[in-house]
Amino acid sequence: MNGKAFNVPGLWVGLKSIIRRDLLLAWKRPGDVLNPLFFFAMVSTLFPLAVGPNIPQLTISAPGILWVAALLAVLLSLNSLYLSDYEDGSLDQIILSPQPLPLLALGKSVSHWLVSGLPLVIVSPLVAMTFRMPIETMAVLILTLLLGTISLSLLGSIGAALTLGLNRGNALLSLLILPLAMPVLIFGARTVSLAVAGDTVAAGIYFLAAYCILALSFAPFATAAALKISNE
Amino acid sequence: MWKFLHKLASPPYFYVLAKKIIPWLSIFALGLITYGTISGLFFTPPDYQQGDAFRIIYVHVPAAYLSILAYMIMAISAGIGLIWRIKLSHAITASAAPLGAWFTFLALATGSIWGKPMWGTWWEWGDPRLTSELIMLFLYFGYIALRSAIDDTMKADRASAVLILVGVINVPIIHFSVEWWSSLHQGPTLIRQDGPTIDPTMLYPLLAMIIGFSLLFTALLLFRVRSEVLYRERRSRWVRNLLLPPVQSI
Amino acid sequence: MMEIFAMGEYSSFVWSSYLLTFLVIIFNAVHVRYRHRQIMNEIKRRLNLEKVNE
Repeated sequence: MNGKAFNVPGLWVGLKSIIRRDLLLAWKRPGDVLNPLFFFAMVSTLFPLAVGPNIPQLTISAPGILWVAALLAVLLSLNSLYLSDYEDGSLDQIILSPQPLPLLALGKSVSHWLVSGLPLVIVSPLVAMTFRMPIETMAVLILTLLLGTISLSLLGSIGAALTLGLNRGNALLSLLILPLAMPVLIFGARTVSLAVAGDTVAAGIYFLAAYCILALSFAPFATAAALKISNE
Repeated sequence: MWKFLHKLASPPYFYVLAKKIIPWLSIFALGLITYGTISGLFFTPPDYQQGDAFRIIYVHVPAAYLSILAYMIMAISAGIGLIWRIKLSHAITASAAPLGAWFTFLALATGSIWGKPMWGTWWEWGDPRLTSELIMLFLYFGYIALRSAIDDTMKADRASAVLILVGVINVPIIHFSVEWWSSLHQGPTLIRQDGPTIDPTMLYPLLAMIIGFSLLFTALLLFRVRSEVLYRERRSRWVRNLLLPPVQSI
Repeated sequence: MMEIFAMGEYSSFVWSSYLLTFLVIIFNAVHVRYRHRQIMNEIKRRLNLEKVNE
């Protein structure tokens, strides 16, 4: 016997369970994956349509366009992060469970990223090719988007928790998250631009990585606090 | 000391105390700002590089300083309100937000006006301090928007307090941005390890303006907090006795 | 005398920033009092209504 009175699942099991649960739910709703993807692709094509097919100009503005489209796509998918849990009462259970709430919030952010961020990262080279971006810059694009979408999922969960159940929560969520997301956008897009121009990208990558780690360290706790407040 | 702080957290005590302090703050603020303005505009020698345009420093730097000070006050009172659940703290946070936003706008506007003759442009998207100050303005807006979107006062207080604390990361970014990245802004001249590098004749009006603006901000803040407290406690006995004094029948 | 107000060739910049600053300050000073009076009157009105209804 291990001496425990109750067989309380540990941290790792708790994290795995919530990720698994969310992924299962997303599996049943393919829209969760496809909607941000299509949005990303379509918004990216809006710019060439509006500005005209001037190839050199497109290639120069491609990093910014792709990044803005990715940012908007992730922002749109954030509103529903906690909404269904809130509405059917599972949020109460999540808050009351023996695992630390920040850990579970982290798990939800991870599954959110797997469902909406990671597909964007995978699809981005395809969209980038339509902008005639050079192949060598694809690695930088993927890396910056990878780090950036992780940060966005983490920061976005704070906004999602704060605006839970509010009337026009979607717009408000974007308004709250955008100031925090701006450094990610700035360094992400400009680093890829530097890559296109042939300059060194190390500084930008380091900044994005540092921001990502900062978000990873603090966002779960802020999300947990916001969840408890919003769920009252 | 603790007894005083304890009393201070009581809304009626604060309401009465603030009313006494505000006139004094205003008088000193007015005096310092008058001295700073007149001295800065007319009695300091022109800068050898920037000529008379440098005089904008006497409004731009206080505004920028205050935009950050206001945010720090908001962050501290938000933290106190969250941890110790003191309602007055939340009232302070709520009252400081519009003032902080105004000063941030002033900092950006006067900075932009200063930048046009000096750097040749109204705005420079590559400048980290300009960008982070703009982000600060958006953080203020976000706070105000979140507050007004939540109906329940206590929930609004606590949710927006979390928001302010999350955004506090922006404050060191604003201050250190000129050291970390290449910027049109010069490096720090006042808050430095070796002391200020600015010439004393130019320094004193600047300090007067900074302190004067701070006192002014505090006076405006206390006034707003009084209004906020009055509104929040509108159903309580002390408000009733204050606004409709009980009629004594002989 | 006019040179004092001229501020070299930067007069429009210097004066517009000072003017803007003082406008914002004055607006805030006035608005803060106006808002306070508004709230007070509103609460008084409600209290009087309740008194009448007692």
